[in-house]
Amino acid sequence: MSIFTQRTNTSAGDPASTDPPTTATGLPSHVDRSVRGHGRGRGTRRIGAHVFLMILAIYFIVPIWWLVVAATKDTAGLFSSPAFWFADTFALFSNIAELFTHQGGIYWRWLGNSFLYAFAGGIGATVLAVLAGYGFAKYDFRGRGAVFTMVLGSVMVPMTALVIPTFMLLSQYGVINTPWAVILPSLLSPFGVYLMRVYTQDAVPDEMLEAARIDGAGEIRTFFQVALPLLRPAIVTVLLLSVVGTWNNFFLPLAVLTDPQLLPVTVGLNRWTALSNAGAGGEQVWNLITSGAFISVLPLVLSFLFLQRYWQGGLSVGSIK
Amino acid sequence: MTTHTTAAAPPVATRRRRAPRAGGSTLLRRRQRWGWLFVTPFLIVFATFLVFPLVYAFGMSLFTSTLATGTDFTGVGNYVKAFSDPLFLEGMLRVLAFAVVMIPAQLIVALAAALVLDTLATRLSKLSRLFIFVPYAIPGVIGALMWSFLYSPRFGPGATIFGAFGLETPDFLAADSIFGSLVNIVTWQWAGYYMVVIYAALRSIDPSIYEAARIDGANGWQTAMRIKVPMIGSSMVMVIMFALIGTLQFFTEPVVLRNVAQGAIDAAYTPNMYAYSLAFSYSQFNYASAIAFSLGALVFAGSFLFLFLTRKQSGLK
Repeated sequence: MSIFTQRTNTSAGDPASTDPPTTATGLPSHVDRSVRGHGRGRGTRRIGAHVFLMILAIYFIVPIWWLVVAATKDTAGLFSSPAFWFADTFALFSNIAELFTHQGGIYWRWLGNSFLYAFAGGIGATVLAVLAGYGFAKYDFRGRGAVFTMVLGSVMVPMTALVIPTFMLLSQYGVINTPWAVILPSLLSPFGVYLMRVYTQDAVPDEMLEAARIDGAGEIRTFFQVALPLLRPAIVTVLLLSVVGTWNNFFLPLAVLTDPQLLPVTVGLNRWTALSNAGAGGEQVWNLITSGAFISVLPLVLSFLFLQRYWQGGLSVGSIK
Repeated sequence: MTTHTTAAAPPVATRRRRAPRAGGSTLLRRRQRWGWLFVTPFLIVFATFLVFPLVYAFGMSLFTSTLATGTDFTGVGNYVKAFSDPLFLEGMLRVLAFAVVMIPAQLIVALAAALVLDTLATRLSKLSRLFIFVPYAIPGVIGALMWSFLYSPRFGPGATIFGAFGLETPDFLAADSIFGSLVNIVTWQWAGYYMVVIYAALRSIDPSIYEAARIDGANGWQTAMRIKVPMIGSSMVMVIMFALIGTLQFFTEPVVLRNVAQGAIDAAYTPNMYAYSLAFSYSQFNYASAIAFSLGALVFAGSFLFLFLTRKQSGLK
């Protein structure tokens, strides 16, 4: 039970959660935290802590800085200039222009495919998870325990072990090499169902549902108008996790897609890299790989920057069972 | 598994069976039907893309097809073959070695960063937290591509950095250093995500406990190790389990690095890569199914065992 309380404390705006933990002084905890750390050696320890964090931050950001710089170089610049600084020629715009002409601008096709797969798969998986989580949490139907145990156990089945079986199954039914071959398997998110169930149990009081029913609302209306608004933080989390999951997916599209026009950007760029490493001069498109990689990470990196509020509290919903 | 959200809830017995309260079994049956309606869309996907593929792959793995004799039922023959196949066994041992090195590496970085962040509330610490997390937003393929450039003797900064100290540049893509190079990529990619998870768990601890610890004379290190870490046990177990599942199915990073390190990474470097190459390079779908199924079963058993062993820490019964 304690684990549920932990979780609700981290999710803002949850009506079922108790008051935020307060200190002996009665101040909310975040106020107390900022003044914590009085005592001996406080100054040096704070400096040490900051230095430690700065070193970590540099390690994590340097490769990204490299990508920003590399995206602005042409192939000659990639070979000759320092790795972490700009070359003499600023080639970002000519690289982008070349992405529009190389192989008929297939790069933008790949980027579009990535968006399509990530959003169709992510939104679909979220809808299914919200419905199922609500069903498991709020209806005491026969067989619920057994079915839910099975779903929970499947969290431990590695998704990549399913790729080859899924490939064989889909090729039996002729859906291989279509967008559906990526989107449909991406709808499967047992972990999302688990999260939604745990969250729904806490965030939607049974009494509210009963009250809505007594007032004459049907089951569907109760779900949409009473439960759904209360579930918003968890929905955002599950959506974020499943969109990122599908966007990052590599093994599944690699296995089920062969038509170059259908590839997501991850598989496409890997294909260019393999060609550039193996191939002759004409197939070496290093500048397109770096600038293409840069453009492809922008949407997600920027959304994480702007959605900080959601992932900082939100992803934690996923953390605590 | 029934929940009690308020003190006003009726006793357990009447609560489990809604019938007396809901007024008759017709209503109960209707309720039950609604429950099934809500979970059915997911269950259809679950059956189609999890249960069915597993059953199908298991069925496939019981057969062997050869050009000479066609498809024959060979029972557990493929499994006997898999568990005596040095390529599969070496791959399994390799991912286990990755698990032993990579999971502690990610966990130590994530935990240390989260513990330090928990004691600070400065603008600089917030910025650091963001920087450490950003790699999570980058797809594994792109992350591995970036590092393959950085490791490359042609593009990478290795020569400049090591040259400045008068040292010889190590070959990050050689057979004996590729292990470390891969550990580095995965740690870079995932430590920030785990940090956010652990950090959030730390924030949910009631700080008055620290107050008590300080009065008892505990220093910062003792507070961290004796109070904070034990109190976030369930999050740690969760993080380790996901890292474990992820590591045992290692695929993306070695596949991408193979582009530049053919000599150091063979086609059967990890069990997943082996299954992939059996299926798509050699069209041995029956044997590939057996490998995929074995891997899945081993990962499942491993995570289950882990959850069982840590049930005290995680609070799961």
